[in-house]
Amino acid sequence: MKFEGTDSYIATEDLMVAVNAAIALERPLLIKGEPGTGKTILAHEIAKSLDKTLIEWHVKSTTKAQHGLYEYDAVKRLRDSQLGDERVQDIRNYIVKGKLWESFAANEQPVLLIDEIDKADIEFPNDLLLELDRMEFYVYESQETIKAENRPIVIITSNNEKELPDAFLRRCFFHYISFPERETMEAIVDVHHPGLKKSLLREALNCFFNIRDVPGLKKKPSTSELIDWIKLLVVEDIPPEALKSNDMKTIIPPLYGALLKNEQDVHTFERLVFMSKRGQN
Amino acid sequence: MFVDLFLELRKARVPVSLREYLTLLEAVKLGIASYSVDEFYYLSRAALVKDERNIDKFDQVFGHVFKGLEYLSDIFGVEDIPEEWLKALAEKMLTEEEKAEIEALGGWEKLMETLKKRLEEQKGRHEGGNKWIGTAGTSPFGAYGYNPEGVRIGQEEGREGRAVKVWDKREFKNLDDSVEIGTRNIKVALRRLRRFAREGAPTELDLPDTIRATAKQGWLDIRMVPERHNAVKVLLFLDAGGSMDPHVRVCQELFSAARTEFKHLEYYYFHNCVYEAVWRDNRRRHAERIDTYQVLHTYPADYKVVFVGDASMSPYEIVYPGGSVEHFNPEPGEMWMRRLTQVYPKAVWLNPVPEKYWKYTPSIDMLSQLLEGRMFPLTLDGLDRAMRELSR
Repeated sequence: MKFEGTDSYIATEDLMVAVNAAIALERPLLIKGEPGTGKTILAHEIAKSLDKTLIEWHVKSTTKAQHGLYEYDAVKRLRDSQLGDERVQDIRNYIVKGKLWESFAANEQPVLLIDEIDKADIEFPNDLLLELDRMEFYVYESQETIKAENRPIVIITSNNEKELPDAFLRRCFFHYISFPERETMEAIVDVHHPGLKKSLLREALNCFFNIRDVPGLKKKPSTSELIDWIKLLVVEDIPPEALKSNDMKTIIPPLYGALLKNEQDVHTFERLVFMSKRGQN
Repeated sequence: MFVDLFLELRKARVPVSLREYLTLLEAVKLGIASYSVDEFYYLSRAALVKDERNIDKFDQVFGHVFKGLEYLSDIFGVEDIPEEWLKALAEKMLTEEEKAEIEALGGWEKLMETLKKRLEEQKGRHEGGNKWIGTAGTSPFGAYGYNPEGVRIGQEEGREGRAVKVWDKREFKNLDDSVEIGTRNIKVALRRLRRFAREGAPTELDLPDTIRATAKQGWLDIRMVPERHNAVKVLLFLDAGGSMDPHVRVCQELFSAARTEFKHLEYYYFHNCVYEAVWRDNRRRHAERIDTYQVLHTYPADYKVVFVGDASMSPYEIVYPGGSVEHFNPEPGEMWMRRLTQVYPKAVWLNPVPEKYWKYTPSIDMLSQLLEGRMFPLTLDGLDRAMRELSR
């Protein structure tokens, strides 16, 4: 059972090693990287290529570790008790399973994605230490211990908004998805837009890497933006010649709104284009 | 085994622990890095490094520790080492006994103890190896011999194989200690200085207290509490002198981040060093000056003071009365710094000048001493340290 990328996801060798190590040792894999480099997609692709179910747990600023384990629905039980429902006798009817429990209870080994763990409170990762390490937890209400049947493959993504505690990091494998190089990028685009005209791809990538090189951009365009942009180029049927020029900075590329998401960046970019044009005339 | 790598990493201040090292060994034992240097490099990186800022350090250490690679093939040539022999050595990394030992040991402490012993043993063994490979000079066999590089010889890539290149590229250099500092990053760093408190008008329903009060009274008794705010108060002193011009951008970013992060933020400008007057508006700096005494008397001692300045000036501007470049100051800047730090014990100085140049400017040293060493570079790391110091 080895992960080797899929037909819709290009994994670099270092990523594959990290994923396989995490799978073999049954440890969580922590993924960091620039936004838009395919952190979340990775979990989807692992599930797809290994043919496993994916359980997603999207973390928000208000998420507590307990939400992933279970919640006790006291209000429902109170209502049922007033209606004289038989189910009220068994407290287990009112325990709502969280995503972690769901993944522990699965019959086959699932892939569990804990997305954007840095969004939650600073204590959140610490509260999950034991659960992720031993893959078990205790339910106080029904006094039972839930233990994972099959230790799930845990993928955790982080955008670096908060530092994660050391004790948590020690239990994980870590991979930083660095920005892909040109060759990898070509492979990635090819996977998403098969049969793209070579000339268009070349010009689009030139243009893209030139924009990334513009100094002072607040948010550099990333892989997902490039793929969206190329999709737009294809839909609008923009000829490769429109992207071509001796110095890329002398023209504003068409549909650049897909690449630059910040009005200050658009402004910076336009000013640079304007300045270089004036320099030429 | 890879004890050298582990120890060198610790020496290079990459925070690796025994637990991670054991994980690596376990992974090697499972054959994840199937005898290729690249894979071993990726595996050890994933297992040992947990922060992209440390990857560059790791690359350097890895390159350094496994530098001896070339030598081996120099001596033996490619054909001389039978592959099975190398594989056998690789398998030796964790013998069955050793593995059974780990499993047999229940407690963590005991495991630590045994591991320590084992590390010592290994040291001995590895030195022996060193002797054996003597002619290789710098490369102790214990560190390199067992593992991947033996295999690299087996591969057809030849001596110049891409193995070393992967880490020698040092792609993660930029991430090291991230000097790149943006408003958002600053905000994240400033968040360390949060202390939430409920102050002001009660606007939120306090549910637990309402329940408690209702139960006690017997009628519905609504209780309200004020909203939670960051209660930290900050007094910011910004240097607005000529020598600060190259640092304008980073100071602007710091300022705009600080303004949104702290509800209680007061700021004043000064030039080079704080004297008897400061000002709020740089354009009207000569017309609207505020007595520094007034500042000292206005804000209570629980304000945290942050100076931002390059602290680069003539030492006379700090020590002598009349030393200021702008006006005649009756009392030296030193005196004013002392007064400020006496009133506000929580004070730091953020300096946009890179730390390595500090020692060439005596005035930086003097101001740092006046603040009892609480001067930090204006980088993310420095900001982080400064905020820790303030929130202590």
